[in-house]
Amino acid sequence: MSSSERLLLDVRGLTVRFPTSDGVVQAVSDVSFKVSRGETLGIVGESGSGKSVSNLAIMGLLNRNRTLISGEVRFMGRDLLTLPSNQLRQIRGKDIAMVFQDPFACLHPMYRVGDQIAEAYLAHSDGGKDAANARAVELLDHVGIPKAKSRARDYPHQFSGGMRQRAMIAMALVHNPAILICDEPTTALDVTVQAQILELIEAVKREFDIGVILVTHDLGVVAETASGVMVMYAGRVMEYGPARDIFERPQHPYAWGLLDSMPTVERRLEALVPIEGSPPSLISPPSGCPFHPRCPYRFEPCPVDRPPLIRPEVEAHLDACHLPWDKKVELGAKRSINRVEDAA
Amino acid sequence: MSTDGNLVEVEHLTKRFQVKQGVFARGKAEVHAVEDISLTVRPGETLGIVGESGCGKSTTARLMLRLLDPTAGRIRFDGQDISHLSQRALRPLRREMQMIFQDPYSSLNPRKTVGQIVGSPFVIHGEKKAKSRVQELLETVGLSPEHYNRYPHEFSGGQRQRIGVARALALSPKLIVCDEPVSALDVSIQAQVLNLLRNLQRDFNLTYVFISHDLSVIRQISDRIAVMYLGRIVELGDSESIYEHPKHPYTAALLSAVPRASSSRRERIVLSGDVPSPIAPPNACVFHPRCPRFHKGHCDVERPELRELASGQQAACHYPLERWPMTDDEIRQAEGVVREDRPHLEGVAHD
Repeated sequence: MSSSERLLLDVRGLTVRFPTSDGVVQAVSDVSFKVSRGETLGIVGESGSGKSVSNLAIMGLLNRNRTLISGEVRFMGRDLLTLPSNQLRQIRGKDIAMVFQDPFACLHPMYRVGDQIAEAYLAHSDGGKDAANARAVELLDHVGIPKAKSRARDYPHQFSGGMRQRAMIAMALVHNPAILICDEPTTALDVTVQAQILELIEAVKREFDIGVILVTHDLGVVAETASGVMVMYAGRVMEYGPARDIFERPQHPYAWGLLDSMPTVERRLEALVPIEGSPPSLISPPSGCPFHPRCPYRFEPCPVDRPPLIRPEVEAHLDACHLPWDKKVELGAKRSINRVEDAA
Repeated sequence: MSTDGNLVEVEHLTKRFQVKQGVFARGKAEVHAVEDISLTVRPGETLGIVGESGCGKSTTARLMLRLLDPTAGRIRFDGQDISHLSQRALRPLRREMQMIFQDPYSSLNPRKTVGQIVGSPFVIHGEKKAKSRVQELLETVGLSPEHYNRYPHEFSGGQRQRIGVARALALSPKLIVCDEPVSALDVSIQAQVLNLLRNLQRDFNLTYVFISHDLSVIRQISDRIAVMYLGRIVELGDSESIYEHPKHPYTAALLSAVPRASSSRRERIVLSGDVPSPIAPPNACVFHPRCPRFHKGHCDVERPELRELASGQQAACHYPLERWPMTDDEIRQAEGVVREDRPHLEGVAHD
């Protein structure tokens, strides 16, 4: 298969605005990315950075009457944003499936787990009830629920948090989707269970050869599972590239800030370097670069011109920052020396 | 001060909660929230308590402050036995112990101004509430004195947590219990609050009991650490030893499960299954149903006591790890290990 055939999702200039009585919330501005088969795209950012809203827009889960959405979301050649809702419904939950953060809130407490998965099957299939039930048991077994046949008759409260998240993944896989969007899939779970779920998502991706979008605020989760990473801030993409590059040679001061403010299990740092201030309001975001009020390296153009998302150097990955390339290299090198000295 | 200078001493502390079970709630059962815990907190240090949800870390902290009554065991605070003091007798001691809560949104009364919130400890303890003292506190935690008349909703999460810290500091307590104080905050803000707590500790010689499920946060802030599992301490020691050479297989599994942002690869010990129900905790070693080093006939028969190991820390394990890092297979191949099956998932609430 050529690379263009493996391309599943091509998002171009996605922009989402919520008009409210206080003003227009600029939730997502000009976001572009691609997802191919066998790839995990990690979208990281702090709360309110637009990472979840981008995905809701892709899934067509935002109310079109109350939201202004522009741009293009090409899924296997079709633009999801202009598709009539009955056609979108054919795709959503079938070819693009989603796993949400809170497995406690996503399962109906009064229905058996197996029946809820069967319902997802029947939503897009003419197969009978028996086929649906068989599929539910098969999937529960597949995601590692022991004695799947009897556990399918359990109610959600009889499942632990990790098992519920497994059930949610089973439900998402019902129609062999091409893309699995996981929005903070492990945030509500304990670390040992988180490790199990991340391994499961990875296994599912490899086995079914699908594309995964992993939305999280946890850089560690992304570093371990993603092949590409997109760093978002105030609704915009700050940095976008292969995961290895982003973690080994981050280019944007915001990415430096995120990495340096994070404590690590590997050692006790001399001091954490927080990013000063707090994230901006999206109703009146800062002019120019949205990060400039908190950026320690800002200079004249930052408050005035918005830096485009470009490749500053042939070997570099995309970032949106005015700093000249040699300055970035110099600061980046200084930063890694600090980290190493800390370790010593 | 007690003879050996510990601020808090906890001995064989146990807490069980009665719950009703079954049809029409006729059955009675007990949740073994905290079982036979002994630890000390030294003045000026930070004791980190780490564990997964439901391991009893918050209950332990609440018992230390006597916000809960212990089922058995003893708590000494500043040399005084407080295990069975009446609430009235506790009142003068309350000013010495304060708490910072997890959720900065629900732990501040939305109808009170910041001045009233931070000033309330003075009022409760019959001191004159001086506006200047409150404003001083606000400055100490990095807020502006002009914030005095504002309401909590006007602040961001990080700023609200600072208000909570100011309130805890008001009466210059000896002990501050921080229950997941940064879990609800974004990383960039989390670092601000962690640095603030550390600076305050240095400036005011504070003692913290710091509870978190996040192992990297605990490493950053703690001098000593207690690792809890199903209501028991499985490992206790200074932070360096525990992170550099964990002895208990559970600690090792926890450490290896944390996702890391650095590029260094490593093997992960994936524990199978879930934490068993604290209503019917496993016999003997509580960790044995999930332990990769399980020795049949020993671990499921005899409970390992918390004992001091050569490396300096204490671990409750019959077969502590010899070295670290070890891979999953090396751990399983230890002499005499009979577990070749990987134990199956067991549901918590399934009966």
